Amino acid sequence: MNVASPSPPPAAKDYASDQEVRWCPGCGDYAILKAVQRSLAELRAEPDKTVFVSGIGCAARFPYYLSTYGFHTIHGRAPAIATGIKLANPELDVWVVSGDGDALSIGGNHLLHVLRRNVDLQILLFNNEIYGLTKGQYSPTSRPGTRSPSTPQGSLEAPVSAAAFALGAGARFVARSVDTLQKHLPGVLRRARTHRGASFVEILQNCIVYNDNVFGDITDRAVAEDAQVHVAHGQPLVFGKDRGKGLRLRPGTVELEVVALGAGGPGESELLRHDETSRPLAALLAAMAPPDLPMALGVLYCDPAPSYDGQVGEQMAAAQSNGRDRDLDRLLRGGHTWTVPG
Amino acid sequence: MEGSAALEGADSSNRTLESAVVRFAGDSGDGMQLTGSQFTLATALAGNDLATFADFPAEIRAPAGTTFGVSAFQINFGAREILTSGDALDVLVAMNPAALKVNLADIKDGGLVIVDLGAFNDKTLRKAGCETDPLEDGSLAAFRVLKLDVSRLTLEAVKDLGVSKKESLRCRNMWALGLLYWMFGRKRQATVEWFERKFAARPEIATANIAALNAGHAFGETAELPAEIASLVVPPAAIAPGLYRNVTGSETLAWGLVAGAQFAGLDLAFCSYPITPASQVLHVLAKLKDYGVLTFQAEDEIAAICAAIGASYAGSLGVTSSSGPGIALKTEALGLAVAAELPLVVINSQRAGPSTGMPTKTEQSDLYQAVFGRNADSPLVVLAARSPADCFEVAIEAVRLAVTYMTPVMVLSDGYIANASEPWRIPDVDTMPRFPVRFETEAAGFAPFRRDPDTLARPWAVPGTPGLAHRVGGLERAEDSGAVSYDAANHQRMTDLRAAKIAGIANDLPEQAVELGASSGRLAVVGWGSTYGPINRAVSNLRARGLEVSHVHLRHLSPLPRNLGELLGGFDRVLVPEMNQGQLLTLLRSVYLLPAEGLHKVTGKPFKIAEIEQAILERLETA
Repeated sequence: MNVASPSPPPAAKDYASDQEVRWCPGCGDYAILKAVQRSLAELRAEPDKTVFVSGIGCAARFPYYLSTYGFHTIHGRAPAIATGIKLANPELDVWVVSGDGDALSIGGNHLLHVLRRNVDLQILLFNNEIYGLTKGQYSPTSRPGTRSPSTPQGSLEAPVSAAAFALGAGARFVARSVDTLQKHLPGVLRRARTHRGASFVEILQNCIVYNDNVFGDITDRAVAEDAQVHVAHGQPLVFGKDRGKGLRLRPGTVELEVVALGAGGPGESELLRHDETSRPLAALLAAMAPPDLPMALGVLYCDPAPSYDGQVGEQMAAAQSNGRDRDLDRLLRGGHTWTVPG
Repeated sequence: MEGSAALEGADSSNRTLESAVVRFAGDSGDGMQLTGSQFTLATALAGNDLATFADFPAEIRAPAGTTFGVSAFQINFGAREILTSGDALDVLVAMNPAALKVNLADIKDGGLVIVDLGAFNDKTLRKAGCETDPLEDGSLAAFRVLKLDVSRLTLEAVKDLGVSKKESLRCRNMWALGLLYWMFGRKRQATVEWFERKFAARPEIATANIAALNAGHAFGETAELPAEIASLVVPPAAIAPGLYRNVTGSETLAWGLVAGAQFAGLDLAFCSYPITPASQVLHVLAKLKDYGVLTFQAEDEIAAICAAIGASYAGSLGVTSSSGPGIALKTEALGLAVAAELPLVVINSQRAGPSTGMPTKTEQSDLYQAVFGRNADSPLVVLAARSPADCFEVAIEAVRLAVTYMTPVMVLSDGYIANASEPWRIPDVDTMPRFPVRFETEAAGFAPFRRDPDTLARPWAVPGTPGLAHRVGGLERAEDSGAVSYDAANHQRMTDLRAAKIAGIANDLPEQAVELGASSGRLAVVGWGSTYGPINRAVSNLRARGLEVSHVHLRHLSPLPRNLGELLGGFDRVLVPEMNQGQLLTLLRSVYLLPAEGLHKVTGKPFKIAEIEQAILERLETA
């Protein structure tokens, strides 16, 4: 019996372009590029049907380094351009690559609307809490007091939380990972790709030149276990060395607290279980940060709803299903007309 | 005697008019635009040529009775070809003191003023800012005045029809329309049918409006009005045979885009953000999904053009549309389309500016913006439509050039063209040339910026095509390969190529023709856009008087027609009337080193024929 042998699975390197990668040595973007290429391979993505769209910034160079179609556009506008691409050809798998300045400063409006519209895109926000390409000014996600060329006495602004912003905008898929988490990140990216509608992924990314180790309180090996909680749908919110800590609602409040598990303490059954369809829980998880609470990583929220492009397609199909052709004469002669005799 | 006509003022002999200008003016809630459009329809059906102009306030419902809340609709119709909405009014219908006050200056001496006496009282006079009553203080001495209590006559006409007093009074406009129908011998049937269709769900409203219309008409027949009022006869025009309909520029632009996309074999993706006076194009296209038209109302002007660029990148015809302030916001993205060399059509329905300016008033002051208004050397194609009917062809031409040359094309319309209506002989689209797009499919030897040697256009390789995956963007790119390049010599070459591509389009354009007059001589009047009507009529009138003057009207503003410099060089003088402070003038002077002279008007209203005639006469007398 002849069984067609499946084609060999693509390798991550099959998704690399011939261009020399030009990020600073040690930049977190290298790790993200590797994770994306690996995810594309695992998803068996077709390069000819995949488009990466970016705006401006270090992250925005991303499309040049992939073997897919790529469009490096203008500052902050990638979500709008990606929307046009997806509307024109819903068959395409469209990814947006952005940074904290691109997505949350100059392009904040477009991010808001692409999320609330729920256009079927993957939107990756590389958050390094700094402007890299313009040489180190503070960004809208910089922590207060950030000293930078434009804020020599320290920045004064309250930062925006990318994940909380996305939830507030009405995103139906919000996830978070870290550049160096090479096992975790591809899994999150695959989930994002599988989700229909706008998938928002914040990736904590180290800028080795202008903001080195800004996420050290989350990612340093010595603190990572206590500073990160990897959420999984249906699983209790457990973290810490030897899985010795958990999260629960502080009794009588709607605030999260860390409790020590084990002898004398509460059992896992008393902890919150992650429900990725719960928007209130996602809001609590998105807001968590060290030192008081761990940083939540993974799919914080996933509750699919009809995508904008899908619904546009349905309206178009319905309008075209009436058997009418596209006869221009019907259009031009369809109103009130009169004949001037010859 | 109540209810009968009080006629005062200058005598007027009975006559057949070659053309007549009527303006309906009232509060923005008085239904003047509806009244005007119905009169337009009836006039077209009577066989006149015509042109209209809607002049309405920027406020949706300005305070009732104020001068800034006046909404007006003007129609010029005649037994000859009509090119403008008319200089001065033969008839003004003023529904309140404010409407009378703001329109008084436009009435011809001896013209007819019809006022609704019922809307004239101390309160409405005060609101209009009238210190004395213009009906009594001699302001109307130069005119014939018909004072009728239209309000009361309307209430009487609809009193038993089961509509409220408020709804009854809203039928005043139809009473006035009925009187005008009688005056000009128009048929009521089309308007009656319109109401029956429009208010099928509220038949009492339809009935009341029709009753008011009939009452106004009957009043004309029975009130023994002075003969000269009843004798306004405008015979049918000698109009080219064919099938006609009334169109506004917004409609013809929209349909032209649909046709152009079809001729190119593409789906149309129209991405726009609402702005006066451009929104109507979006509204028209949003109803055409059955023609494969995708419309997207974006979150802002920038997103609108970016989505259009994305759509073009993905193989649709991306189009965006706005007015000057919105075009300003699109500027950076326009540069991306220039750099990435993607087809794109951008429509600018110009309005008075700068900044928010006067949103509902027309101007043509965005020519610099269209031709020059981007950072760096970023040439693109600029076209201008001259009239509502012309918009159809211009839109098709814009699509043709965008897809043939892989370039953004800016189409300049304006508030006048967008809202003006005129009869349009529906073209035979089967005979119009097609220009099917050939997407790149050949992977062997593919290079995203390798140019067609004739057009200098790069291939259009859309995502989804096997073997053609490539990267494009705003960074300078190497000739042929398209790979990012900061090479100095390459940037020089690419800049030169981008310029040469646009300049070379001139070889694909018809030579500039002369609309009227000889192709050389004492004076050429050169215009672009919606000044076509007044310039053409002014030149025509003066040529009929034996004056040596020609009219040249430009559709292509970038690149300019290849023979234009030579053509204009054949005239002793060149006069450029524009609704701006001299933008085409600057362009012509800089490109051709011509000593052209300007005529500038920025009142928010179109040129009057007389204004252009006078400017021509001044030049010819001093030449």
